[in-house]
Amino acid sequence: MTQTVMPSSAESLPLPEGLPGAVADWSSDQRAFKNVPWGKAMMWIFLLSDTFIFSCFLISYMWVRMSTTAPWPNPSEVFALTLFGKNIPLILIAIMTFVLISSSGTMAMAVKFGYEKNKKMTFILLLITAALGATFVGMQAFEWTKLIAEGVRPWSNPMGAPQFGAAFFMITGFHGTHVSIGVIFLIIVAIKVLRGDLDHQRPGFLTGRKGNYEMVETMGLYWHFVDLVWVFIFAFFYLW
Amino acid sequence: MENAQVQGPAHAQAQGQQHPIGVYLKIWALLFVLSTASYLVDYFHVQSYLRWTLIIVFMLLKAGLIVAVFMHMMWERLAMTYAILVPPLLLMVLLAIGAFEADYTFLTRGTFFGPSATLPAKHK
Repeated sequence: MTQTVMPSSAESLPLPEGLPGAVADWSSDQRAFKNVPWGKAMMWIFLLSDTFIFSCFLISYMWVRMSTTAPWPNPSEVFALTLFGKNIPLILIAIMTFVLISSSGTMAMAVKFGYEKNKKMTFILLLITAALGATFVGMQAFEWTKLIAEGVRPWSNPMGAPQFGAAFFMITGFHGTHVSIGVIFLIIVAIKVLRGDLDHQRPGFLTGRKGNYEMVETMGLYWHFVDLVWVFIFAFFYLW
Repeated sequence: MENAQVQGPAHAQAQGQQHPIGVYLKIWALLFVLSTASYLVDYFHVQSYLRWTLIIVFMLLKAGLIVAVFMHMMWERLAMTYAILVPPLLLMVLLAIGAFEADYTFLTRGTFFGPSATLPAKHK
């Protein structure tokens, strides 16, 4: 089949759609993932492996929470803040959620403007995304500081089940690390966009691969995944 | 969104994933609404099964919108969609094993660490 040899010749013969298409793709030579840059397919496979890592954390958290005989601290009260003289439950986490969702929105638009080769808008939106990500990490640092000051440790805490601290620091710490790496990754891509590396296919400093705007989408996949993980952490750790 | 669907998945990919900006703005607004809704579940102290059901429904809707639209999964070819979305279903097995085991551990802790469930924590 000639259309499987080069991705550029994909237009020569229409690929079958739907389930027959999936079977044809998987049983064809060389490439199972048609019309997708390999960097994007690899990013998806990395994200799949990361899904398993975070799922292991969340399932372990379920395990310790179900098996402990001590009362579980109420996250609604633990993460409450006093704002304008009123005690608002879980407000910090709610704001963090909105910040991260907004960064996902700006990231999605950056990808769109990237494919339109609109350098200026892509750069600005990537920087806004990075700024929102940094804000998120900052708020998480504030949250950690507050809880540590209140005596929460990975092995004990004054509110109840000692497993609370272990689950909290492990899960939010790993997620925060992902966000921090994402912010660095975003700034690097933003600089590449601004310099025109993606227009001129300039090789990257580390891998030497040629720049192209599909990189912005691959970056976006990672960033949306960080937001996706937060959706699950928010539901299971903070709201449950 | 209608535009992209008319074009079809294969066509959309041939030029990279290009979709009108309105799609992203609508999904963004929808994610805000769903996040607010799940926050309100906590704010109004909804408890027990209603709480857990609402949390999971809002969570799955948000996750679905992010994967389908922001990550462009609804416009990918099925070979890719299946390769990424089917393997995580295996986690349901781990989830079930964890739940059974945790339940058993909770019972043995109750049996061997005194009559009152709060005692072991106080001793530490």
